[in-house]
Amino acid sequence: MKDDIREILHEHARLTQDARTLADGADLYQVGMTSHASVNVMLALESRFDIEFPDRMLRRGTFASVAAMRAAVEELLAASDVRMPQAVSA
Amino acid sequence: MSPSPSRLLEQAREIGAGTGARFADDVDATARFPHEAIEALKKHRFLGAGIPSELGGLGASMGDLAAVCETLGQHCASTAMVYAMHLIQTACIVRHRAASPFFARYLVEVVEKQQLIASVTSEVTVGGELRTSVAGVERRGDRAVVTKNATTISYGAHADALLLTARRTPEAPPNDQVLVLLKKQDYSLEAAGTWDTLGMRGTCSPGFRVVADAPVEQVMDGSFADIASQTMVPFSHILWSSCWLGIATAAIARAHEFVRQQARAKPGIVPPAALRLAEVCNLHQLMRTNVHDVANECEKLMNGEGGAEALSSIPFALKMNNLKISSSQLVLQIVHQALLICGIAAYKNDSSFALGRHLRDALSAALMVGNDRIYATNASMLLVLKND
Repeated sequence: MKDDIREILHEHARLTQDARTLADGADLYQVGMTSHASVNVMLALESRFDIEFPDRMLRRGTFASVAAMRAAVEELLAASDVRMPQAVSA
Repeated sequence: MSPSPSRLLEQAREIGAGTGARFADDVDATARFPHEAIEALKKHRFLGAGIPSELGGLGASMGDLAAVCETLGQHCASTAMVYAMHLIQTACIVRHRAASPFFARYLVEVVEKQQLIASVTSEVTVGGELRTSVAGVERRGDRAVVTKNATTISYGAHADALLLTARRTPEAPPNDQVLVLLKKQDYSLEAAGTWDTLGMRGTCSPGFRVVADAPVEQVMDGSFADIASQTMVPFSHILWSSCWLGIATAAIARAHEFVRQQARAKPGIVPPAALRLAEVCNLHQLMRTNVHDVANECEKLMNGEGGAEALSSIPFALKMNNLKISSSQLVLQIVHQALLICGIAAYKNDSSFALGRHLRDALSAALMVGNDRIYATNASMLLVLKND
């Protein structure tokens, strides 16, 4: 998943450093990610993982690093896994 | 001792209707700084209005500050706008100084000496893009050195200090910014251009080249990104809107007086312009309600738990941006309608119903951070907002 996130950053975040070699915890805003670029990153993540970030997650912190994004995506994927069996049984 | 909110507003009315009104036309005609009104504000300790009382300030709330700007704006929009911009700068320091002993001392100094602070955010090549800087802060020992070519610094030549945005270091990316306080002795200004504009002529806002060398403790800790979203943008949009509301209120007052005179001349007949007055009063109420509602909400968030988070959220940013867009459009519509009501009496500059200055001042509203730029930001945020 981290590779997917890095690929999306490489394509959309317009960083001043290579996203593929960036440390997991590196602050993306300090390597040039603008608010506008972060919106494109959000859209690409939603599309790639078939998720929707709820408004409570639309914060700078959620997208500040590879690690933070991974935690957010995993949280949403886990929530959808929980929901799915219920949907099937219903 | 801090005056009560009602006393503060009463003093603002006296200063606005007195000194502000007396010199407004001359300030406008000669595009000069409103010295008299700003001196009057200093005399009544208004430059510390947004500074907490434990640091000597008046500790006024957002609602009080907005009301003061609106009141001043009714008489001299340039005075109101200069004052609003100063309040925005003090709010950034008050709310983001963290534990810095320097900034606590500095705020005491602002109150004691009634220091006027100007803002340096615009820059050649990036224009008015708040969240982008070209200039970077270079650390030389215990000094912070920076040179910035600003496209505009309102009342730059008349300020006692500047609050300047720049990249954290010369090598940092354009959006990794810090805020630097520059006291008078820390900088030199070289004017680049003139300020001969349609309106807001007393704000005296030409471009300047700022060459600064300040103690490193005057670089604010933390990121300008947070200061901008949590304080500078909300304070700007609310207090600017309050100044514009003042312009609209003044225009309505003239139109109302005009219609009353017509009615008195022919009792029994409702003058046709009264219908237009009723219509424009409706717009005015819409504008006023919006400004007050957003100011109250912002104040609650700023004082509440988890405020920083909420102030940085997309729904709040959209609301702030929408306030700016709608009030900048409504002020122009309202002044124009008032002008149509008064007719030639408002079109004449030497009439007591003159609205030329109001109209020209109101035209600046859509340009102070261009509305199209703000719409573009909103459009981008709406792509990910779920309203869930």
